[in-house]
Amino acid sequence: MADITITERQAGDVTILDLDGKVTIGEGSVALRGAIRRVLGEGKTKLILNLGHVGYIDSSGIGELVSSFTAVSKEGGTLKLLNLTEKIQDLLAITKLLTVFDVFENEAEALASFN
Amino acid sequence: MSETKELKLPSKIESVDEAAAQAEEFARSIGLADDMIFAIDLAVRESVANAVKHGNKFDATKNVEVVMADTGTGFELSVRDFGTGFSVDQIPDPTDRENLLKASGRGILFMRSFMDEVNWAHPEGGGLIVKMLKKR
Repeated sequence: MADITITERQAGDVTILDLDGKVTIGEGSVALRGAIRRVLGEGKTKLILNLGHVGYIDSSGIGELVSSFTAVSKEGGTLKLLNLTEKIQDLLAITKLLTVFDVFENEAEALASFN
Repeated sequence: MSETKELKLPSKIESVDEAAAQAEEFARSIGLADDMIFAIDLAVRESVANAVKHGNKFDATKNVEVVMADTGTGFELSVRDFGTGFSVDQIPDPTDRENLLKASGRGILFMRSFMDEVNWAHPEGGGLIVKMLKKR
């Protein structure tokens, strides 16, 4: 069974990637990298990563979130995070990455922030 | 009485999941709480990943040795690789502003954040061993 499933949705010009599973070293991180490259390749640069169903993330997964953020920024776009679990919130706080990412608990607010 | 579990794992990424699964099983068998298991799981993943990638550098002739023990007062974990070793002090602080957007370098921070004790040693015979303790 795959470590992670990534489903793409569109809300206006904002692309939402719903992640379900683990973002860990190996398959999970590679899958996220692939999904980000694919949507950027399609010219989509307003992105939300919905992490509400990410049960687990390690330092490799956190690193992949950072790489995703920088890759999207390089294309002139914005990547925001939605629905952090308590554990992921803790990990982002420890790494001081909450100062880097725009984080939302509500999808409507996340979408509105792009306007 | 102290209970232990020892693993010898090949230097490949799949060993990270294997070690984490075995650690979780062991931790549950000795009655640890979910919060402790999360911390142990993260520490096992980060330390085994470091051993595979940075220690043994994916060398198929080298194993990663993992020892878990229930000391009564806590969960002791040691992870050994057979690489050339490194100085932990030389790892840049990933929380420094200039390092925040680096893609790697946070594993040791997680180990130190979630375990109560983390120490490194250069054992006889080469390589690097990291010993960690999570208190009950």
